[in-house]
Amino acid sequence: MVKISTDTVDHIAKLAKIPVSEKEKEELAVGFNKTLEVIDELFKVDVSGVEPTHQITGLENILREDKIDERKTITQDQALSNTKKKHNGYFVVDQILAED
Amino acid sequence: MKLNELTLKSAINLLDKKEISLKDVYSDVFQKINEKNKELNIYLAIDKKAEAEAEKQKNQPLRGLPIAVKDNFLTVGLPTTASSKLLDGFMPPYESAVTKKIKEAGGVVIGKTNMDAWAHGSSTETSDYGPTKNPRNPDYLPGGSSGGSAAAIASDMAIAAIGSETAGSIRQPAAWCGTVGLKPTYGRVSRYGAIAMGSSLDSPGPITKTVEDSALILNQIAGRDENDGTTSPLPVIDYTKNLKKGVKGMKVGICYIDHPKIKDTEAAKSIEKAGKFFETMGASVELITTSHNLEKNKVLSHEHAISVYTVVQRAEVSSNLARYDGIRFANDRSYFGHEAKNRIMLGIFGMSKDISREELVYVYAQKVRSLYIKNFKELFSNYDILISPVSPSFALPLGATSGDAMFGELQDMLVEPSSLAGICGISVPNYKDEKTGLYLGLNIMGDYFQEEKILQAAYAFEQGTKWNPWIK
Repeated sequence: MVKISTDTVDHIAKLAKIPVSEKEKEELAVGFNKTLEVIDELFKVDVSGVEPTHQITGLENILREDKIDERKTITQDQALSNTKKKHNGYFVVDQILAED
Repeated sequence: MKLNELTLKSAINLLDKKEISLKDVYSDVFQKINEKNKELNIYLAIDKKAEAEAEKQKNQPLRGLPIAVKDNFLTVGLPTTASSKLLDGFMPPYESAVTKKIKEAGGVVIGKTNMDAWAHGSSTETSDYGPTKNPRNPDYLPGGSSGGSAAAIASDMAIAAIGSETAGSIRQPAAWCGTVGLKPTYGRVSRYGAIAMGSSLDSPGPITKTVEDSALILNQIAGRDENDGTTSPLPVIDYTKNLKKGVKGMKVGICYIDHPKIKDTEAAKSIEKAGKFFETMGASVELITTSHNLEKNKVLSHEHAISVYTVVQRAEVSSNLARYDGIRFANDRSYFGHEAKNRIMLGIFGMSKDISREELVYVYAQKVRSLYIKNFKELFSNYDILISPVSPSFALPLGATSGDAMFGELQDMLVEPSSLAGICGISVPNYKDEKTGLYLGLNIMGDYFQEEKILQAAYAFEQGTKWNPWIK
């Protein structure tokens, strides 16, 4: 099993969009490596010819009509009621495209 | 007797006979909350107007009685945080399926209970709002993640409670607090509006004072829900109807107690005694050998389940917690605590190619999971119920989780195989240490959708032994 370095932790933190401090990176790396030792136990089990589990109680293709159900909708005010940043009835998001 | 100490069943009976009033029940419950909630840190939010609502519900099945609800169920009018500061102050715009059903049946959500943040833990010590203390002995942990709900019952701060289990999070705190915890079959109870953790595992269920109360609550919350495609179309039966049928003729298998780390523990001894009890009640009881590989008539070791669970749960966590972007609601992702960061990031790592051999570790884990399902299906073709300890130990002291990335998995290892398979299980008190006041739990597992059978066995055990403190 590979060892996780603080650089890898840094990379994963970026993918997860989670800010982590230098101290945290070190702590997380220690925890990750301990957890990976546990995960390593998996490979002692013979799974040749075994299908992976997809749905444990065997349900298949539970579908619904592609229609709006008014009972399940919430109003614009309700939708905006928990946001910290709104403007003219919209959510405010960070800019992702900018001119150089 | 204080009325907050009543079981759900006895409260309903006494209300119907007009021997007690709802007003007096609420008065005693609130008195207990005022006395003890600060010290034990059980409720994060309390509905002070609960009693007024209760009066309107007094003719409904749950008679307006106060129900404690874990803080990962969305409740309109009460803040919902999953014990994370990320969701501090979040007011849900819609109601979870479970609390909707509880309310429609005349239950009143008296408050929201503390838990491990995002349900990531087995101690309630990782809550961003501080640990809950075990009411049986406040120097000890209540277990978790539904530790607040189990503690609310153990301290008689509610008549019944709702928790949720992903792997052990109902049964383990129920065991450590000396209460009854039922983890229904995956898909028996809707997950709609429950803050998602491991979507292929999450199972809401009751934490109660008695087995009968557990059946009464399950009657109200079970069933198909069009908002949760994984709920089963199988009809819901009245779980109280055959509750007193007993275990005569049942075939009982004892699991995991031959394992070197479990053998000779108090937990193992108490399960042997439980086996003897079932025998005297007319069941045939056998010890099932634990095996490291899938073998006929042997139980697959719980040890692999820890690895499978660690991979699957963290992968699902990383996906489920991706929605917390801080845009539409709640605080931004810097508010995730250490454990959530740990699990999200491990989940991402586990689904990346980095630790694969020939295939993704996630797929490998789901194959081992298939072995557990196959194992249980085969065992249940031979046995009616399987029993084991819930946890290898009594409740651990406050502070026991610190610095241990695998704490939860080790406490939950004996219930993880059944959670991964999605079968049902119930924990009932089966031993009390007189010195510490702490309890052990008996885990009774049943095949898919065989809640009726495990409730029957649990009821027989509870009535025939001295361990349930509410059965006089």
